[in-house]
Amino acid sequence: MKPLPVELDSLACERDQRELFASLSLQLEPGEVLQVAGPNGSGKTSLLRIMAGLLPPSAGDMRYGGESVFSGVGRENWRQQRLYIGHAPAVKGALTAEENLAWLCALSRPVANDHIWQALEQVGLRGFEDVPCHNLSAGQQRRVALARLYLEQHPVWILDEPFTAIDKAGVAALETHILQHAARGGLVIMTTHHGLEHLPGVRCLDLGQVG
Amino acid sequence: MRQIVWLLFCREWRLAWRRPGDLLNPLVFFALVVSLFPLAVGPEPSMLRAMAPGVIWVAALLATLLSLDGLFRSDYEDGSLEQWVLSPHPLALMVLVKVLHHWMMSGLAMVLLAPLFGLMLALPLSSLPVLALTLLLGTPILSLLGAVGAALTVGLKSGGVLLALLILPLYIPVLILGTGAMDAALQGMPVTGFALWLGCLAVLALTLAPIAIAAGLRIGVSE
Repeated sequence: MKPLPVELDSLACERDQRELFASLSLQLEPGEVLQVAGPNGSGKTSLLRIMAGLLPPSAGDMRYGGESVFSGVGRENWRQQRLYIGHAPAVKGALTAEENLAWLCALSRPVANDHIWQALEQVGLRGFEDVPCHNLSAGQQRRVALARLYLEQHPVWILDEPFTAIDKAGVAALETHILQHAARGGLVIMTTHHGLEHLPGVRCLDLGQVG
Repeated sequence: MRQIVWLLFCREWRLAWRRPGDLLNPLVFFALVVSLFPLAVGPEPSMLRAMAPGVIWVAALLATLLSLDGLFRSDYEDGSLEQWVLSPHPLALMVLVKVLHHWMMSGLAMVLLAPLFGLMLALPLSSLPVLALTLLLGTPILSLLGAVGAALTVGLKSGGVLLALLILPLYIPVLILGTGAMDAALQGMPVTGFALWLGCLAVLALTLAPIAIAAGLRIGVSE
């Protein structure tokens, strides 16, 4: 899948009759990492949910490769292109790490068990494949969700606070993985309170200043 | 497409078996309500027989409603539902599989238990197949309609009462047809008409309810 540019065209979001941001325009080229920053309540998560297609914007449009992602063919195409990992990691406590990943990946494309084991090893969960996730710590559960980044083929990643509850070594590994994805031509859009200034080529969108 | 249906079915199966309590709750409720009635109204067979269709149907209806309140809630709270909505696979198909799985765990089990309770409530043997048949046609409707309400109230902290208010009126035709069929069977009259009506409603619910459930969940997730 060849990544295409993402374009935000005067996007606006309103929650409970309060305007979070308006006329947000932005062009993202393949290979870019965008950090969405801003104080609590500035609409970071709402923006990511709009971009993922979970929340309709109150005005404006978003285009992927020139086609609107909110209707018709563009929406169907966008569903195949973007991977969204939200605040809630979508990890079921009663299922094991392997079962969780097998199902989450199958929602877009089924993957082989060997790959799942490899991905779990890469996020530092070797030996925890068969443990029900409610026996894992919060950080480990988050790692299970993030293992999808090593499994799925989507060119665009939308990550809401991916570093929550992850230790220093894990954050460093994840940063490297995100930069590698961008270097391969992928696009990453993420929110985090963790500073990314030390990473090369990360663009920052401060919603506190847009609104 | 077939693969996702199968994988989802396996996932639901695993989740259900690892929390057997949730599985048993509606059945225990059903059994308790039905077995309390003879204690309360007395063991007179003619009276029990007259009440049996109504008691069994109302118990099945309330047991279904109770078990449906949490149908989508855990998936909503842990973010799984967001991933379903975002998936390229049709959401209506996935919720249909989920609801049918839930029905197999609750409704189908009630269909299998009902003849036993029928005997307990002094129903004649000849009417038991009718009881099982009408429940077999009726309980999927209860599950599917109830799931529409569960989807609409998924974002609410305690949607139980609202769910009952929303859905109970829609349950009335099923209740009337189900008990009507039983009354007809007890009087030795044909039940084909009732069964066909229930069949119609079941087909209607199977085809249309998943679309409504999917729409409700989309609204719930976008809140």
